[in-house]
Amino acid sequence: MSASTLRHAGYVLRGNPVTALAAAGALALLFVAVFADWLAPHDPVASNVANALRPPSAAHWAGTDQLGRDILSRLIHAARIDLAIAFAAVSLSFLLGAVIGAVCGYLGGMTDRVVGRVVDVLMAFPLFVLAMALVAALGNHVQNIVIATAFINLPFYIRFARAEVNVRRNLGWVEAARASGEPHLSLVLRFLLPNVLPAMAVQISLNLGWAILNAAGLSFIGLGITPPTPEWGIMVAEGARFITAGHWWLVAFPGLALMLSVLCFNLLGDGLRDILDPRMRT
Amino acid sequence: MSEARAQGPLRRAARRVGIRLLSALPALFGVLVFTFILMRVLPGDPAVFFAAGAAGGQAEIEMVRQQMGLDRPLPEQLLRYLWDVARGELGMSMTTGQPVRTDLLERLPASLELTFAALLLALGLALPLGVLAALRPGSPVDHLVRFLCTLGVCVPTFVSGLLLVYVFYYLLAWAPDPTGRLDVFAATPPGITGFLLVDFALVRDWEGWRAAAAQIVLPASTMALFVLAPLARMTRASMLAVLGSEFIRTARSLGLSGRRVVLVYALRNALIPVLTISGIVFSTMLGANVLVEKVFSWPGVASYALDALLASDYAPVQGFVLLMAAIFVAVNLLVDLLYGVADPRASVA
Repeated sequence: MSASTLRHAGYVLRGNPVTALAAAGALALLFVAVFADWLAPHDPVASNVANALRPPSAAHWAGTDQLGRDILSRLIHAARIDLAIAFAAVSLSFLLGAVIGAVCGYLGGMTDRVVGRVVDVLMAFPLFVLAMALVAALGNHVQNIVIATAFINLPFYIRFARAEVNVRRNLGWVEAARASGEPHLSLVLRFLLPNVLPAMAVQISLNLGWAILNAAGLSFIGLGITPPTPEWGIMVAEGARFITAGHWWLVAFPGLALMLSVLCFNLLGDGLRDILDPRMRT
Repeated sequence: MSEARAQGPLRRAARRVGIRLLSALPALFGVLVFTFILMRVLPGDPAVFFAAGAAGGQAEIEMVRQQMGLDRPLPEQLLRYLWDVARGELGMSMTTGQPVRTDLLERLPASLELTFAALLLALGLALPLGVLAALRPGSPVDHLVRFLCTLGVCVPTFVSGLLLVYVFYYLLAWAPDPTGRLDVFAATPPGITGFLLVDFALVRDWEGWRAAAAQIVLPASTMALFVLAPLARMTRASMLAVLGSEFIRTARSLGLSGRRVVLVYALRNALIPVLTISGIVFSTMLGANVLVEKVFSWPGVASYALDALLASDYAPVQGFVLLMAAIFVAVNLLVDLLYGVADPRASVA
């Protein structure tokens, strides 16, 4: 990042406090996830049945669940797992998608058309159903949640990288590199990909929110992570049984955590897009 | 001459359907192969699974394997699989003991009724909101719509559904017990279409109709909230673009009433992009169905597939994925046809 980009970023952040707030929120979330062990006031899996289903109080800020576990501590520890899954899934699909998309955009022709068609169909298919089916096929493990989430993110990156590389493949400097005997693969990986990465970084932030929602949705329906591991989706699923009895805090707090984290990443993504590409500002 | 003119649009529509169906074939084939591979890579040997019921030994497993055709080469198995699917043979569900096709057909109306109700609700909310926001950009209405849209994509359906249950069932007691399509003790209507609201209306049982409507309001609202954002945002954007165009200026300068200009001339043109994304929205809803049906114990296909999945019963899951693919192709076809009606300029070359 050059000094002028930073200056521009500072300018945009000053003029757009929402993005600054979102960035602060995302950083805070990361901080909570990394230092969960120090921040959580209680043990997230220590149950105390005598103290079950208590509403929020001074001792337990977010109340206790059906086993008397402190919900706030569970929320804090869950941030680590949820963010780890989302980051892992998005990085995986980012890496794969960037390479596949770049190669297709560079080669063009038949490969490009076939991959493009497959991507179009994939993008329009009910992606959550696809993720469910994948987890079913691969087995009910956390790493398969990551793979499934990565897979349904993949089409967006392929399409993006493809379009970006396609407009650059015949530019002067690419021609020059090709004429000087640069092999095709290294041309794509060393010259074209670094050029499209900044624009794709925006997509990462936007997709993180979506990945969090998908992973939480999968564990909500009972796939992947198993109790008693603290995870936002599971916490909502466990609290669901008590909502008709009026114990709202079991669902509301993990729901709020999910909502705020997704909101932060979405707003941050919108802000990043403004910084990188001022023309797209809405 | 007049006959040819009358035939023209029909023939064009038929051609559109034909071409779309043909172009949908590779996608459907892809899904078929995908579900086949799914079955192949599934953990565990299906033959062992089936034979285990009879506590069978090695010989028994071998026999089941031969019966199921699992000893044949893979390409032959794929062909057999395609043949089975073509005949609508989706296998047996181990949990319900019934053919998967019977189970799915029995539960499909519940899912479709929920999805359609939610789509209608979402469109009914999103269109006025989007139009109002576009008429007064920067006004409080516009900001409200933007706020709702930003929030709508951030709240997971399973959370908003549960919170709606908390407010409308526990706090206000307006909604009935949020489980299933109908109260356990309520009389069910004769199964004419399978859509409870339609069936009750057909037999003019308005009390039953109200009971069914009360059950569907919360799950449908949950799903509608989830897809409100893309629909309202698209309506606003396309309405803004249309309102700034020349024919609107002309219509206004001719002295047509503002209402007529907006509702007749602008809205019809603005709806075209909304229609296009409705297909995508519908497919998102098919996915969200899984979560909403689970929250509200809705007896639809998604909750059926989910129960089967958690019980390691894979034939229903495959059937469900295939069904989703088929619905998805059908809906896209429908959107494409409507698109041709809404915008006569669009035609297949």
